[in-house]
Amino acid sequence: MNPTLPAPLAARHRPASLRALFIAFTWLALQGFGGVLAVVQRELVERKEWLTQEEFVEDWAVAQVLPGPNVVNLALMFGGRMFGLAGALTALAGLLAVPLVVVVLLAVLHAHFAASPAVEGALRGMGAVSAGLIGALGLKLAGALATNPVPLAWSIAIGIAGFVLIALLQVPLLYVMLVLGGLGCVLAWRGLAA
Amino acid sequence: MTAPLQLVLGWHDWLTLFSHFLLLSLMSVGGAISTTSEMHRFLVEQHHWLTQAQFNDSIAIAQAAPGPNVLFVALMGWNVGMNAGSVAAAVLGVGVTMFGILLPSTVLTYAASQWGHRNRHLRAVRAFKQGMAPLVVALLMATAWILASAGGSDASHWRLWLLSLVSGLIIWRTRLHLLWILGAGALIGALQLL
Repeated sequence: MNPTLPAPLAARHRPASLRALFIAFTWLALQGFGGVLAVVQRELVERKEWLTQEEFVEDWAVAQVLPGPNVVNLALMFGGRMFGLAGALTALAGLLAVPLVVVVLLAVLHAHFAASPAVEGALRGMGAVSAGLIGALGLKLAGALATNPVPLAWSIAIGIAGFVLIALLQVPLLYVMLVLGGLGCVLAWRGLAA
Repeated sequence: MTAPLQLVLGWHDWLTLFSHFLLLSLMSVGGAISTTSEMHRFLVEQHHWLTQAQFNDSIAIAQAAPGPNVLFVALMGWNVGMNAGSVAAAVLGVGVTMFGILLPSTVLTYAASQWGHRNRHLRAVRAFKQGMAPLVVALLMATAWILASAGGSDASHWRLWLLSLVSGLIIWRTRLHLLWILGAGALIGALQLL
């Protein structure tokens, strides 16, 4: 007995080699201004189809709960599933190596350009776009909730309560995860039995 | 403006820095950014290895640069090294802080995700991963909200909010490449239209 994943959960494509994995993560990291997460979904789910929307949500939930930067955790998990330890380290290196050089160069140049209003304005503009980018990702993933074992009405209630607690009331993430995440897990556990 | 720091760092200091970041790594549930207040206490207030301005700039530059947000940690290491007087020390600082913040969480994430993947058919594993999905959506919308309000939340910043909203809708509904949208945001900002 070797059960395989149900058909809708298995993504259609996968990286051909460690090299392809490295390049993919470098490329998506370099597009990530103000955060890489939304770009991961854009590149790996929508463009390359290495992950389905559902797999992405599940991986991200795990990446979020474990310590460490979420995107780093996601890269480790994805790379590890594709090519084992070598894949995990390759994805991690792709995510960090080139952007690390870029960010240090920017820090060195910072003193020369910080005073320029054009640069300051451009950074504000990119910041506003990345806010929209994350919001769009949330809307896209909300669509995947329809097929989730958690009943849809409960999903909506948890979603709204989570947003209010974190964005508006600024309750520490840990408590919100324990209570609302725990509630979601219990509901999913019951939904999976039915 | 605070005076630039002139540090003399011995091996014992580097070891202290390294072990502190190892510890922070294990506490960084929700991302390295959630431990910034502790980094501030350690680097700025307790040891005086960074000035307040260097601390703030490290975060701001990493946010504006492409790549994962965790790279702000590398910039803190870089600045500690530069305060110690040389580029070599700065490179060492990057290595010490980045390995420190990534090593424990990486080992833990890799082990946990391999275990989870092997046991992915267990009802508890599936319930956990799928049950977190509604909260994942909530977290994304909250992050978008927080990023959008970073530009300023009063009515005079309506142009920034509008840019966030419009770019979010475009990304949600189209497959236009992200770099075009980011570029447009940067251009609008650079032209002082925000």
